[in-house]
Amino acid sequence: MINITVNGQAQALDVAADTPLLWVIREQLGLTGTKFGCGIAQCGACTVHLNGTPIRSCVTPLAAAAGAHITTIEGIANNDKLHPVQEAWVAEQVPQCGYCQSGQIMSAVALLRDNANPSDQDIDQAMSGNVCRCGMYGRIRKAIKTVAGSPVQMYNPETDAESQEVQHG
Amino acid sequence: METISQVNRRQFLQFTGLVSGGIMLGASLNVSGQANKLIDVPPGTPSEALAFNLFVQISPDGQVYIVVHRSEMGQGIRTGLPQVVADELEADWQRITVVQGLANNKYGSQNTDGSNSIRDFYSKMREMGAAARAMLVQAAANQWQVPVQECFANQHKIIHKPTGKNLGFGDVAVAAALLPVPKLAELTLKSSDDFKYIGKPVPVVDLQNFVTGDTEFGIDVDLPGMVYASIQRCPVVGGHLKTLDSKATKAVKGVLAVLTIEPTPLPAAFNALPGVAVIADNTWAANQGREKLKLEWDAGANGTHDSDEYMETLKKSLQSDGRVVRSKGDVDRAFDAHTHHVSAQYTVPYLAHAPMEPTIATAVVNEQGIEIWTCTQNPQATRDAVAAKLEVAPEKIVVHVTLLGGAFGRKSKPDYAVEAALLSKQLGGKPVKVTWTREDDIQFDFYHAISAQQYKAALNENGKVIALEGRTAFPSISSNWSLDANFASDGEVSLGFVDMPFELDNLRLQTHRADTHIRIGWMRSVSNIQHGFAINSFVGELAQAAGRDSREMLLELLGSERMIDLSQSGVKKYGNYGEPIEKHPLDISRFRAAVVAVTDSAGWGSKTTADEGWGLAVHRSFVSYVAIATRVKVSKGKVEVKEVHCVADCGLVVNPDRVEAQMEGAVIFGLSIALMGEIKVKNGAVVNSNFHDYPVLRINQTPAITVTLLQGSEIPGGVGEPGVPPVAASVTNAIVAAGGPRIRDLPISGHLLV
Repeated sequence: MINITVNGQAQALDVAADTPLLWVIREQLGLTGTKFGCGIAQCGACTVHLNGTPIRSCVTPLAAAAGAHITTIEGIANNDKLHPVQEAWVAEQVPQCGYCQSGQIMSAVALLRDNANPSDQDIDQAMSGNVCRCGMYGRIRKAIKTVAGSPVQMYNPETDAESQEVQHG
Repeated sequence: METISQVNRRQFLQFTGLVSGGIMLGASLNVSGQANKLIDVPPGTPSEALAFNLFVQISPDGQVYIVVHRSEMGQGIRTGLPQVVADELEADWQRITVVQGLANNKYGSQNTDGSNSIRDFYSKMREMGAAARAMLVQAAANQWQVPVQECFANQHKIIHKPTGKNLGFGDVAVAAALLPVPKLAELTLKSSDDFKYIGKPVPVVDLQNFVTGDTEFGIDVDLPGMVYASIQRCPVVGGHLKTLDSKATKAVKGVLAVLTIEPTPLPAAFNALPGVAVIADNTWAANQGREKLKLEWDAGANGTHDSDEYMETLKKSLQSDGRVVRSKGDVDRAFDAHTHHVSAQYTVPYLAHAPMEPTIATAVVNEQGIEIWTCTQNPQATRDAVAAKLEVAPEKIVVHVTLLGGAFGRKSKPDYAVEAALLSKQLGGKPVKVTWTREDDIQFDFYHAISAQQYKAALNENGKVIALEGRTAFPSISSNWSLDANFASDGEVSLGFVDMPFELDNLRLQTHRADTHIRIGWMRSVSNIQHGFAINSFVGELAQAAGRDSREMLLELLGSERMIDLSQSGVKKYGNYGEPIEKHPLDISRFRAAVVAVTDSAGWGSKTTADEGWGLAVHRSFVSYVAIATRVKVSKGKVEVKEVHCVADCGLVVNPDRVEAQMEGAVIFGLSIALMGEIKVKNGAVVNSNFHDYPVLRINQTPAITVTLLQGSEIPGGVGEPGVPPVAASVTNAIVAAGGPRIRDLPISGHLLV
């Protein structure tokens, strides 16, 4: 049994320890917003936060996440109130097919939490691990900049959500 | 999740208990006054909703359900088509629910390729909305007992003009649905001045779901009792399995079975490739088990195919006798008379689609029939391919279309759905999800054809082109159906080759032999990719050879504002993207306007630093016209794309924001092709495997992009593809202007750092 906390909910998982976190999140926990894209940390579609740090869940074994707080795309809104980055994605109409956008948003949330006013170079550096085959990079840059510098309350699911224990096997 | 029994429900009957007076807009999509068959209603509408026609249902609470029969892969079609219906219906956009259609021939073509959705269905969607509106208005007039001419629909209400009284759509929905469907000739379509949604940047209906991860793509399908399959396929087309040892695989925890998929004799169309499938209770176990398979393949005749060697074969083929597909004047005499000749060869390698979501399908095969959930561009082809392979009547197959995480043409071929169906059948009807890995996606694609082209021109003393000859050779998509397909088809030649727009007295275009060794398929703009690259590169070379500005050379070659009649120069079969030439002529004024607008946008001719330069290209495809101007910097053997201006004339535009987004995306897609796209084949098998060795453009390589839309026609043209073809040549032309080398063999990464 491996214990992790996902979007504020404690989870006890009876899953092979080498299973990538991606497949645990998707198939054991049913949180399908996090996507498979490459399986080798090359495209960023599977990006989630592990104790606040963006990671590629497709190459992170469940064992490496034991005891950690995981945040997925489903966990960044405050109930019905979208996260400011999600709001910016809506305002700029960023997505085309939408498939990579969970990972893009998770990378952007982490960037803006650490750097409230990222330069173009900062944005390129933080986001270059996330592929968008539809090519919406220009809008991603623009959306990040609309959030940058605005006085927004960043919801933190690791601390703000109520903790509940759920078992999965 | 819907089941087979739910899918066939007859909601209209359940609610009213009536059959007579029922309404349907039939297979032809024509509005018919006498149709009284039941209307097919896809899952996703409540049972109380009343069907007005195949595309419009309205429930008594006023909610309007609009069926989208085309696949959403990022182009915004789940928003664009309903915009058209809702506008004619006079519906309130806030009270619209979009419902995805199942595979159903009654809708007409559902093959979401060829940049067809709006241009083929714009008028029909208007008719659907207008027909339902007419019925609602009539029902209100009947209820008020006033002449129908005194009533009109506005913003989800029917209003009686003299008194101002009104009824909501929901108030009259039941009565309206029982009225006869108006005949096509009786319909009054709105004036374009009154459009509320057509031509407006309406946000896509799935936007909120995309940003919250609350969506259903092919990969997200989950059925009770579902098992997961990972398939090791034969690496060479035409090969087969020799030996299989699955002992170690079966020892992996979670692995349930190891099954084989038998080869289909060539030509195999869109059938499943031969392979060994590992079935497990989760995706990771299936992948782990697959890695432990010990397999030996017999590669067959294609086992010697090598893409580098084959490129040399194609270049040689260009020197052999070709088939003349267009001819005018006397090219040979003109070449003799004018001795200033320019010639060049251009090559483009095999390319893979690489959508972010790989191909994925889930199937249930049992005695009742077959049910499939998949990210497909073509649900009817999916149904028909499964029907043929499993020998089941197509009527017994239900295909649900999920969202597509990108597609670019890959997901119009249903081989992956055939796999899922074959495996479910072998497992006695268990739901099976087949998830392709990225390696599968890169190595078992239907590839964009490898190609070689040659252009030759004779110039006079003023640097004006007097004669031009073009040659093209690439393996044909027709090879999927015919082993004899060793020349490009008329359809492929129609994609930016035979329709070359230049005003020349002496012109000859020919195609040359090319055999096929791997699966070839449509990729975003298809043969326009290589044709747009070569001809626009050659214009750049001609300008350089003549010492002239490339914009001036391009405009001179385009010549006078006129409509081109290809039949005058011996072109027998010009596809024109399925459109009548009278409706969508080859209009030089639209080419010229796009070139002028894009060079204005870019500030063509303004000074750049010595290591920077501008490049230009224009191309018509899918009856739309796109011009691109690109600025690059070339320094220390590295090229940086700094700025791209794109002018697109796609005729009438339904959603300008989505058209702009398609152009932005097409620029990025085109830059991936130009800068870094290359699939290599050795010993018949694809060498690349994932994004590390088949890179695509990333944000740090993305230039500033400016898109301008022109409207040179009142009729919609294609949008999804036409932005791609001019991109590559605009970059290679810019590299020369920036002091870099002339790059004739893509990708650029073979010559410069990118």
